Amino acid sequence: MNNNQPVYTDNDPQDELVTLNLGPTHPATHGVFQNILQMDGERIVSGVSTIGYIHRAFEKIAEHRPFYQITPLTDRLNYCSSPINNMGWHMTVEKLLNIQIPKRVDYLRVIIMELSRIADHIICNTIIAQDTGATTTFLYLFQYREHIYEIFEEICGARLTTNIGRIGGLERDFNEVAFAKINKFLKEFPVALKEFESLLNRNRIFIDRTKGVAEVTAENALSYSWTGPLLRATGIDYDVRVSEPYSSYQDFDFEIPVGTSGDVFDRYLVRNEEMWQSVRIIEQAIEKLKSEPKGIFHADVPDFYLPGKEEVYNNMEALIYHFKIVMGEIDAPKAEVYHAVEGGNGELGFYLINDGGRSPYRLHFRRPSFINYQMYAKMSEGMLLSDAIINMSSLNIIAGELDA
Amino acid sequence: MAKATNTELVDLLGEKFGEQLFDVSEPYGLLTFSTNKDKVIEVLSFLKENGKINFNFLTDITAVHYPEKEKIAVVYHLHSMVSGIRVRLKVFLNEHAPTIASATVLWNGANWMERETYDFFGVKFEGHPDLRRILNMDELGVHPMLKQYPLEDPNRVDKKDEYFGR
Repeated sequence: MNNNQPVYTDNDPQDELVTLNLGPTHPATHGVFQNILQMDGERIVSGVSTIGYIHRAFEKIAEHRPFYQITPLTDRLNYCSSPINNMGWHMTVEKLLNIQIPKRVDYLRVIIMELSRIADHIICNTIIAQDTGATTTFLYLFQYREHIYEIFEEICGARLTTNIGRIGGLERDFNEVAFAKINKFLKEFPVALKEFESLLNRNRIFIDRTKGVAEVTAENALSYSWTGPLLRATGIDYDVRVSEPYSSYQDFDFEIPVGTSGDVFDRYLVRNEEMWQSVRIIEQAIEKLKSEPKGIFHADVPDFYLPGKEEVYNNMEALIYHFKIVMGEIDAPKAEVYHAVEGGNGELGFYLINDGGRSPYRLHFRRPSFINYQMYAKMSEGMLLSDAIINMSSLNIIAGELDA
Repeated sequence: MAKATNTELVDLLGEKFGEQLFDVSEPYGLLTFSTNKDKVIEVLSFLKENGKINFNFLTDITAVHYPEKEKIAVVYHLHSMVSGIRVRLKVFLNEHAPTIASATVLWNGANWMERETYDFFGVKFEGHPDLRRILNMDELGVHPMLKQYPLEDPNRVDKKDEYFGR
């Protein structure tokens, strides 16, 4: 008996699979979600996604809050582009109440929404680059996200969870500094984006890491209810801004970029091109604002538009309306409404059922991250771990929106 | 293809299903109708596969609880990307035994939407490949979006629903 001899059995250790917990707080997942992977060497054999780590029961909370207090909840869905969520919620309520919004307010909202779309895409694309090892590009472009947050700060006082705007319009007009900052951004950002593209678009290493990784066919994407840049990268030109224009998007001239193969590289290209289109939209909006009457920043709906505090303290009527809105003495119609906006990573829908009170009977968020993410475990099968990481970055899953 | 209108759609569906579709309405231009739970897959697959209307995209599945009627309504939002219109299909289930056929046979994307609906409302989707809770922990024991579960500690006096217009 020699104990030093290796014992060979039928269960060859080389056939054994290794269980790997990717997450919940892995730096490469950029959020709290877990994937339990069965690995054969570097290759993923199967995976199970576990989500819900930051579930905060927003739908339940929303049933107990008046409409204007639900806006801060929507901030915390996709916190990389919270203004789009805020605007989507305001527009849902405005649709319910049949409020007509002045054109100037629509254009101001378009500026805010497109800026946040750029911020959202900056995060996603620079992080794809970062995960392939290109730190330079990440640092070059990421500072423009900071400039966008400075613009938001000028408009509403907050940066990340903005709570921007009100039902019926915006809480205040853009000031001169805000316009100056937007113009400065429009001048400087295209230069940086061009530089970003020239560092990556034809970069051999970047292309080798991303091209052909996680290809998705259009049929598969539709079957999994994908929307947003992910769906467009597979070649389907679906964009809520065009198919059901809201906030006067029909007045603007822009294109919907589409990809062909739906791989990581195509998703990257689609997002980049969307940033260019967003810049175009903002430029047009600034131009259109010049012919609109100055100083209008909300619709004339005192029953639902919360007046500013200065008004409330100095003006009797404003005080009365403020009291009525806050104490819930104005009823909204009994109805149900679905409204969708094009969020940073897909169709963000609000399904609102109102029973006549001032808080929803039921509010459901159609969250693109939640729906886009469900293919992840399935599509990772057979993929290398390093490819699966890049695939996850390119899906742009935001944990807040995933878990609501 | 020309943009289909809601009236055309109602005619087409009425011809096919007759009395099986009821409560047809059009709130804010979105065609809404209800059907019985044993017909739901038939209606959904007709909507999806009929070449004329082509509702190939499942936007959302969710549910609503109506405790006074003792019902849970499962709500499907479908979208036809070809003709650019949406429909909403509702199926009212008994709240004491909410079971309905799973739509995963038609769309892969229905998987998590149904798991979420099961998690929050306890609706059992028959034929679902993996019907587990998705956002809440497995040990929760209740389906928290049902109306009988209060949001706050019921003993608090400063957060009564009546102060919030309910």
